[in-house]
Amino acid sequence: MNPAIDITDELKSGTTSQGRMMGKGVDTSHGPILYLEDIGVSFDGFRALNKLTLTIETGELRCIIGPNGAGKTTMMDVITGKTRPDEGTAYFGQTIDLTRLTEAEIAHEGIGRKFQKPTVFENLSVVENLELAMKTDKRVRASLRAKLSGEDLAHIGETLEMIRLQDEAGRPAGTLSHGQKQWLEIGMLLMQEPKLLLLDEPAAGMTDHETARTAELFLTLAGSHTLIVVEHDMDFIGTIAKTVTVLHEGSVLAEGTLDEVKNNDRVIEVYLGR
Amino acid sequence: MTTTFKIPGVEPLFTGKGWAALIAFVLAVAVLVPVLFLAVPESSPFHLSAYFVTLIGKIMCYCVVAVAMNLIWGYTGILSLGHGVFFALGGYAFGMYLMRMIGREGQYQSDLPDFMVFLDWKSYPWYWSFTDHFWYAALLVILVPGLLAFVFGYFAFRSRIKGVYFSIITQALTFAFMLLFFRNDTGFGGNNGFTDFKRILGFRISDPSTRAALFGLSGLYLAGCLILTRALVRSKFGRVLTAIRDSESRLMFSGYNPLWYKLSIWTLSAVLCGIAGALYVPQVGIINPSEMSAANSIEIAIWVAVGGRGTLLGPIIGAGVVNGAKSFFTQSFPEYWLFFLGILFVAVTLFLPHGIAGWINRRTKGGAAK
Repeated sequence: MNPAIDITDELKSGTTSQGRMMGKGVDTSHGPILYLEDIGVSFDGFRALNKLTLTIETGELRCIIGPNGAGKTTMMDVITGKTRPDEGTAYFGQTIDLTRLTEAEIAHEGIGRKFQKPTVFENLSVVENLELAMKTDKRVRASLRAKLSGEDLAHIGETLEMIRLQDEAGRPAGTLSHGQKQWLEIGMLLMQEPKLLLLDEPAAGMTDHETARTAELFLTLAGSHTLIVVEHDMDFIGTIAKTVTVLHEGSVLAEGTLDEVKNNDRVIEVYLGR
Repeated sequence: MTTTFKIPGVEPLFTGKGWAALIAFVLAVAVLVPVLFLAVPESSPFHLSAYFVTLIGKIMCYCVVAVAMNLIWGYTGILSLGHGVFFALGGYAFGMYLMRMIGREGQYQSDLPDFMVFLDWKSYPWYWSFTDHFWYAALLVILVPGLLAFVFGYFAFRSRIKGVYFSIITQALTFAFMLLFFRNDTGFGGNNGFTDFKRILGFRISDPSTRAALFGLSGLYLAGCLILTRALVRSKFGRVLTAIRDSESRLMFSGYNPLWYKLSIWTLSAVLCGIAGALYVPQVGIINPSEMSAANSIEIAIWVAVGGRGTLLGPIIGAGVVNGAKSFFTQSFPEYWLFFLGILFVAVTLFLPHGIAGWINRRTKGGAAK
């Protein structure tokens, strides 16, 4: 039913099926695309992240799990510039200090984020949603005279097919089903042509069939893209994960294959609750 | 293999019918009404009275304010409850020129406006310099509301003040300006404001032909604002505004900085209001600080809500209906006007959440009011 776990193409680098990735920007010459070191974040005395240290290799598909309040969403907030850490360093590649950039700048550097609750522009059509997400000059002046080129349209068409929304292209995004909104948001992420995708519960609210398709899509993207997936659905994680990181109380509790972390005593104690 | 879909941003500016309606409107305000007002004798049933021309001219200025409000509230989702301040500042800026043009025809036959003589001032304060030049005053009409909106908006949007908090501080802004302008020392005539205008560019303001010209200009300006709105909404810029309304955080994580989008539409909206104020003042013959009252700005929001926000013609319908009703009520049952306004607002919110234009649109399935 589910596609087999085969990440042998993990080291495949550079081009994607879309062939539109840019070669500049993030410097991953030393391997890792994301370094988080000793990140601390407190909200009114509550330590959401506590000396969190995490390294993600280029092209990896990493799953993050953890009980509620473990800091998964806060970690994504730090990476995407929504939350400034109180301490610690966050680097994208070798050179880009994420703690100094705004959300929009980080998106330009090549980090895309999917929210836990599917978030699309409800009053715009599916095509218009993809158009706005597309990688281009996103300043006011450019938007005033933006025209879609033939290449842009072909790119939007490809993405529509990939997320299986060709027949819904003209519909307002607000009228899509939950699973379709999830896919539209993933499609918008792909239009941004990011290097690193952060996906917060991407399979939530999807049917089994849609979940399987999503897993397939992620496995295709891994290698050419780096993916960080936060999920609760263990079957889904079993389908896609090679390395799983367990967060607990704001720091890394365990890291390894799904079987390793499942058999880790401390994980069993705090997370699986046995 | 290839997917077909409607390409965003390629539909025409207006449909054939839309252009026809727009041209008909322009001909009506620039030719028909002036002819009926100036050339048709008063005995004829087709003659339009000065009262009618002034009333409609005034309402068309309000319509522009509603259109400007719709840009920021209807399309971008940012509710301003202080738009009256931009309208009034435009009015005051042009009012300074009109005051200077009174010359020595004032009650005290002085070079200074009557209120300054009354305060025993000997010369104009520095900020009245050059206001006797029409083009300088016209520049102020644009610059003063524009700069205020830009500076205020920059700090508010940069601090990510949103929703009801933004509405409240805009309300405070207009209230603060009202208090400032009420003071005699501010140099804008205190609570009487400016009135008794005599001339504009050498023409007597009370002349019917001057009135007809101001009326025509207001109508043409309104038509221009409609074309501008349509062009903006049709562009990718307009879709970004809708995206701000739907989900600003999604937009930020897609690589847009909403600050500059919000700031540009906010400043544009303020400038459009300022120009409307400048056209309003010579037609109505007075500008005073009550234009900056909190209630006035709230009323602007009601026009847009009644007409239908986020629609092209809705704000104009709303401003027309509410102000038409207002001039009827304040003449026939003055004490009930505010009750009626309240009932209207509640009724529209409950029964016509998309306003009159939204209701017409649904009835005609994407028809003329779009």
